[in-house]
Amino acid sequence: MPARIDSTEPVVPHAEVESRVSPAASEEAELVTRLRAGDERSFEDLVARYHSTMLSVARNYVKSRAVAEEVVQDAWVGVLNGLDRFEGRSSLKTWILRIVVNTAMTRGGREARSVPFSALVAEDEDPAVAAERFRGPDDGFPGHWAGYPIDWRSLPEQALTGRETLEVVKQAIADLPPTQRTVITLRDVQGWGADEVCAALEVSEGNQRVLLHRARSQVRAALERHLDA
Amino acid sequence: MPDSAEHITCQEVVELVTDYLETALPADETELFEEHLNFCEGCVWYLDQMRTTVATAGRVREQDLPPETRERLLAAFRDWKRS
Repeated sequence: MPARIDSTEPVVPHAEVESRVSPAASEEAELVTRLRAGDERSFEDLVARYHSTMLSVARNYVKSRAVAEEVVQDAWVGVLNGLDRFEGRSSLKTWILRIVVNTAMTRGGREARSVPFSALVAEDEDPAVAAERFRGPDDGFPGHWAGYPIDWRSLPEQALTGRETLEVVKQAIADLPPTQRTVITLRDVQGWGADEVCAALEVSEGNQRVLLHRARSQVRAALERHLDA
Repeated sequence: MPDSAEHITCQEVVELVTDYLETALPADETELFEEHLNFCEGCVWYLDQMRTTVATAGRVREQDLPPETRERLLAAFRDWKRS
């Protein structure tokens, strides 16, 4: 991602990571101006764009969906109250998600889970592809495919673009552990950059990639089960 | 430069594929990865499957907001505006 300097702002050292300004920065600046002026339509746009992402993130920090919904409601109030302090050093979405995370953590006490994104990468996860799909140690080519996966480019286009296939992917994402679901939702469904996800969730680049890898591998496997059937 | 005798297996490729797509593999491992693709059609197809998975996830649309949530948030917005 190319780094751009926003010439309208002095470059000030900042406690948070972001120094890059997204290409949509000027659009965001206009949106923030309209929000500050109390434009309801702009707020509705913002809610439509980010609410479900906020919920998905909040869900990682609290025990129930109901509490996550309260957290997000509180976070929206936090966003509105903080608008005057938003200076565009981070992207608006990163800033909003930081508010969600902070709101969720502040709830503390019985409802808070401990640091979900730092202690999350367990060693004993399933492999991306089951071991029995590969030749065993006694084979002449250990670790190579026992049988090749299917070439999806040879399938009729409809097989990949159909509504049913999309539902399979949607369900596979919904079935993922929350941290993996959050990362793949931000990266692949919403199209965020890796650096934006790391900043918003305060997760290291390495852990972000591990979560993304597990999530994508699971979703691919679900697609494969569907397409091979 | 990696030793010419060095190679990676298909089983390793499927675990490195995300790092490869994220261009997070060190140069020597990238080289081994791409060398493997040169002779292994199965892994070329696997890589394509991962790219297709990412592209398909990109076509998923998230659920619309329930009307009551929308109303509650708009009420919060109006409160904020008045204050």
